[in-house]
Amino acid sequence: MFTPYISLENTVNIMNNLTQTSSENTRTLSTFDMVQKSLPKRRAAEQRFRLFGLMSILLGLIVLLVLFADITRKGYTAFLQTQVRLDIYFDPAVLNPNNSPLDRSSLGKADYNALIKGALSATFPDVQIRREKNELNAVMSSGAAYELQARVLDDPGLIGKTQSLWLPASDDVDMFMKGNIDRNVEESGRRINNRQLGWLDYLTADNRIAKHFNKTFFTAGDSREPELAGIYGAITGSVLTLVGTFFLSFPIGIATALYLEEFAPVNKWTDLIEVNINNLAAVPSIVFGLLGLAMFINFFGLPRSTPVVGCLVLTLMTLPTIIIAARAALKSVPPSIREAALGMGASKLQTIFHHVLPLAMPGMLTGAIIGMSRALGETAPLLMIGMVAFIIDIPKNFIEPATVLPVQIFLWADSPERAFVERTSAAILVLLVFLISMNGLAVYLRKRYERRW
Amino acid sequence: MKLNNKVLLALIPVLFGGIAQAESNRDYISIVGSSTVYPFSTVVAEQFGKSSNFKSPKVESTGTGGGFKLFCGGVGVQHPDISNASRRIKQSEVDTCAKNGVKAIVEVKIGYDGIVIAHSSQAKPMELTLKELFDALAKEIPDPKGAEKTVANPYKTWDQINAKLPVVKIEVLGPPPTSGTRDAFVELAMEGGCKTYPWLKALKEKDEKAYKNICHSIREDGAYVEAGENDNLIVQKLQANADALGVFGYSFLEQNSDKVTGIKVDGIVPTFESIASGEYSVSRPLYFYAKQAHIGIVPGIAEFLEEFTSEKAWGNEGYLSDKGLIPMPDAERKQVAADVKAQKLLAL
Repeated sequence: MFTPYISLENTVNIMNNLTQTSSENTRTLSTFDMVQKSLPKRRAAEQRFRLFGLMSILLGLIVLLVLFADITRKGYTAFLQTQVRLDIYFDPAVLNPNNSPLDRSSLGKADYNALIKGALSATFPDVQIRREKNELNAVMSSGAAYELQARVLDDPGLIGKTQSLWLPASDDVDMFMKGNIDRNVEESGRRINNRQLGWLDYLTADNRIAKHFNKTFFTAGDSREPELAGIYGAITGSVLTLVGTFFLSFPIGIATALYLEEFAPVNKWTDLIEVNINNLAAVPSIVFGLLGLAMFINFFGLPRSTPVVGCLVLTLMTLPTIIIAARAALKSVPPSIREAALGMGASKLQTIFHHVLPLAMPGMLTGAIIGMSRALGETAPLLMIGMVAFIIDIPKNFIEPATVLPVQIFLWADSPERAFVERTSAAILVLLVFLISMNGLAVYLRKRYERRW
Repeated sequence: MKLNNKVLLALIPVLFGGIAQAESNRDYISIVGSSTVYPFSTVVAEQFGKSSNFKSPKVESTGTGGGFKLFCGGVGVQHPDISNASRRIKQSEVDTCAKNGVKAIVEVKIGYDGIVIAHSSQAKPMELTLKELFDALAKEIPDPKGAEKTVANPYKTWDQINAKLPVVKIEVLGPPPTSGTRDAFVELAMEGGCKTYPWLKALKEKDEKAYKNICHSIREDGAYVEAGENDNLIVQKLQANADALGVFGYSFLEQNSDKVTGIKVDGIVPTFESIASGEYSVSRPLYFYAKQAHIGIVPGIAEFLEEFTSEKAWGNEGYLSDKGLIPMPDAERKQVAADVKAQKLLAL
């Protein structure tokens, strides 16, 4: 903000000084005196400039710190999930009512909710009215039943036994235990009513409710129940998309850069191509999304919302960045290396592939990784190709519908349930970790392999 | 080298063709459309995926209009099977659909969504009529002196509109024009207040365009603040500013009832019951539309329709009501469920 203004002012000052001094010079002052006289002013200007620079960096750092602190403060609680310890009796009468031989399909269809309801009413035998029972059952997450189902399918031998298990509580209970629901608000304004408060207090006193590491958050796909929602699906989508993008854009980008830098004649056409590449690097990313929609989906008929379209679109978006970085890396290889290789009788192709390319590789990789980390944070182009979608199943390949991390953040930020607020921040933290490690890798590669002449 | 290039070039269409082929046997339901219906549609999709042997449907939030554009693109697995809508389908959209071969559409009305005007729970209770709301937010209002012409909205504080209202600056946070909630708010609340002026009501017969111009225009002088599509953000801003009012969907009020309170409109508090009974006037029906031609082609559509129209989903005690959907009356639910089961086609 300040720099251009300052430099302009400085130039004006210097020009003023020049005109002043030249007129004074004709009178009495020697050159030495003149320089001496202008020194404090020049020094002050430099000090001022340094101060402004320092201040802008400080300002940037403070804003960044506030942002990080805020996200971390809101998000770290999402890594813990409130769980309730229930003594589950795997009742054969519920799981296998006909006493038939055990098979997966009949076990899968059993009413696991009944087991949880049974355990809850065993813990709170006083609750008899239907309405109150519903409120009691609302303490547990609907995902608890699926967890029991998975356990029984894993080990049918559980049937007939009693086990003390930690099962996920509902999102409202989770929010209450994390202090995001104030118990002093009047009852009608709370999503936890007085009866439920009493039960929760009892469970707390009995050590039956506690916060444990939220494994679901890292192993599940999206869900509309905050306590069952996870980022694994989005991470898988991001990885698939990025891997595809890398394997498409890196070879194409390198080949383009090599050709333009080493082989192409300098004429109007290569100038035109160069202008276009630089131009494309500045095009808003949503334009690539529109292009992808028109070309890959409508024309080639590729399936919507899939990583294959995602990586094609992101390839288009990152190519200019990679080409520009790769060309810069090639330019920085000194001509003496090329000349020496050619002098020893290597062909042009040998020169490039045996000598120039290996030396330029660290720079190219850095450029590619920076392009990739931009692609990782992108949502706008994916909006157009249908990757902004609610997808529960974890994608297994490039043609199954998938979403990506930033899109997951966007979707959660828009959800009404309060427990999604902390999950949104937690997902941002995960995304930041990915970005930092990618950029760290780029710095490492540059430091480790770069050679200077 | 030359041969290799040729092989590579030949491979590209094969690759694309192969992927396109994979699309031709899509085994999951594809849903697009309204962002208002999205929270409900996704819950059903999740339940459906977990409790059936079918894959979970994919739900995209594209907006009602954008959804119909995709939905009416044609018949075939590359086009979506279901489109969610926060309003009824328009004749023009039905025509586009028919032109592209989508002739058989099953309409499913799923329930109601209330639009609430709320403020921080710290603020003094307030009560508004639709007329006062219109006076506060319209760009041009009928001359307060009584002449049958409009003047630029002169009101700066609520008490200027009605002396009973507090002496507080008019500041309403609401969704931007791209939002379906805004459309509904304008149609139900603004137009509702607008119609209370007899001469404006008469204008509708004579010059509908001028009528809409007056009734549907929200002021742009800062009294109405466009707070973005994110309703959570509006709730946060209301907490920070006790004088401001906010406009958003009922499900956000229900989730944040400890932080914000719904304002009585025409004497009715926005509650689950008052919206369900139709007493609360600012509410709208929600729909989704299914392509009959896809039933049987894409697996699970008929079962998904059955899940959505089952009592455990959209009933009074169903899981959709937990998420803030206001169910239809029992008889209407039964009727719609029967129509869906018979795959009764849409006829406008």
